[in-house]
Amino acid sequence: MTEPILSTRNLTRDFGPFRAVDGVDLEILDGSITGLIGPNGAGKSTLFNVLTGMLAPTAGQVFLQGRDVTGQQSDRLFAQGLGRTFQIPRPFGRMSVLENVMLAPMNQLGERLWGPILQPARMRAEEAAIRERALEVLEFVTLDGLADQAAAEISGGQRKLLELARVLMGDPSVILLDEPAAGVNPTLTRVLIDKIEELNRGGKTFVIIEHDMDFVMQHCDPVIALAQGKIVFQGTAEEAQANPVLLDAYLGAQVDD
Amino acid sequence: MIGVISYLVFFTTVASILAIAVLGLNLQWGNTGLFNGGVVAFFGAGAYATLILGGTPQADHLGGFELFYPLALLGGMLAAGLLAWLVGVLTLRLRHDYLAIATFGVAVAFETLMRNAEGLAGGAKGLRGFERPLREALGDGFTYNLVFLAFVLTLLIVVYVFLGRLIRSPFGRMLRAIREDEVAAKSLGKSPSRVRLTAFVTGSVIMGLAGGLYATFYAFISPQDVLPILTFQIWAMLIVGGAGNNAGAVLGTFIIWGGWTASGWALSRFAPIEAQLYTGTVQFILIGMIIVGMLMWRPQGLLPERLVVSQSGKPENKHKTGSRR
Repeated sequence: MTEPILSTRNLTRDFGPFRAVDGVDLEILDGSITGLIGPNGAGKSTLFNVLTGMLAPTAGQVFLQGRDVTGQQSDRLFAQGLGRTFQIPRPFGRMSVLENVMLAPMNQLGERLWGPILQPARMRAEEAAIRERALEVLEFVTLDGLADQAAAEISGGQRKLLELARVLMGDPSVILLDEPAAGVNPTLTRVLIDKIEELNRGGKTFVIIEHDMDFVMQHCDPVIALAQGKIVFQGTAEEAQANPVLLDAYLGAQVDD
Repeated sequence: MIGVISYLVFFTTVASILAIAVLGLNLQWGNTGLFNGGVVAFFGAGAYATLILGGTPQADHLGGFELFYPLALLGGMLAAGLLAWLVGVLTLRLRHDYLAIATFGVAVAFETLMRNAEGLAGGAKGLRGFERPLREALGDGFTYNLVFLAFVLTLLIVVYVFLGRLIRSPFGRMLRAIREDEVAAKSLGKSPSRVRLTAFVTGSVIMGLAGGLYATFYAFISPQDVLPILTFQIWAMLIVGGAGNNAGAVLGTFIIWGGWTASGWALSRFAPIEAQLYTGTVQFILIGMIIVGMLMWRPQGLLPERLVVSQSGKPENKHKTGSRR
């Protein structure tokens, strides 16, 4: 519980003259559900993008399970156990929901050009196992009824669950969720929270960007607040609710939203 | 009667050769979303290389190695693959329309090179001279054409089955995922740049095979055979048939090539003599109208792409039924 599984040192990202992430020293503890909050434009999503290798940092370092992974791209980080979802879901629209999920396992035999030709039996066996697991994961996120649907046809909330399912297929140890509850109806949000907590009990670490303060206060510990690219608060949910700086920087801004 | 059958054999041979090229484009565009606007460069690389390697000796330019026919074809595929690899490394970072412009430029450069480099491949006069394999046994007539058609059809089936397996495999899944959303595919551990290059080279090798068959069928290839119109014809075949669907690609090839041939015949027969010079232009306009019309009214093509599905609950049949639905 006490080892940081994901951490940064002085992480900085500029867009031209604008500093979106400003010298962030982050420590995500193994087995935690960390809530990342902050007003719009605080740099939360940019921080996610730098952490997951989709944007290169301007300065600073990223460590995953103690290893320096600064500058590595998202495909390599996923292989090392760092998964993420997107604020606006990115389903593979003209693929079935099942196929979306079956994509994720790493190093599938059939991903090689000659795999299907040279080792058809082994590939089919592996494929059958992946399909079975994909159906299990879809059942876990309550999407099993939609397995044969084109991903473009499912609802926004279901897309959030689909993204979670895809990431779970790769069995990462840290999962970054970008606004998992935004635009999701209360029933599905409930499902999502249950699944996150169940996975967390199984040992997975979560970092969650969320604007829904009830969600954060009930389910995240610790809570980290970002404003203008900097960490302005770090502590438990109770401390967050009582913190005047946080109320000013975040909850205040949220009222104007 | 024998005239009609003989013509049908000829027509089916050319259409089947083109169908192989269209299947190559389907892997690139239909499955991976790579906008190859220079199909004819890879088709041409295969055609020229095959004829240089397998043709009869020539006095004034490279070629005439008289290689065993299948080896010459493999050499043609290799040449197309090497060209694709080179072009791919340089241009595959480009997206959609930019990739199309870059590859279109490559094709025009290829044609210009072939037209001017006389020492390489005969320049504007083209490259001729190919000793047909098994000619002594089969002669030059109808029997030979029938056997060659059987050979081309066999290769078409081999390519069709190979690609069918490929796109239903996890490799095909990666292609589609990268076509749909490259960023998301990358976040799930896939390497878009590597996969795009593999698909681009593989598709181009298949186009090179088509080119090699084409050149050796006519025992002739010239810059006139690698003009941009062939790229557009091949695109029209894929769009009409249905991008992402191999059966559609083959169907589209026969429809478009049939329409092209029939319109050519009709124009030469019915157009007034003074307009005969321009009938080719009318055909070009027709191809353009078909592409635009399909994209406007039926962009998915005659046989749309099918989803790969699970057929939940029947694991044994899932794979097969999924692919055939």
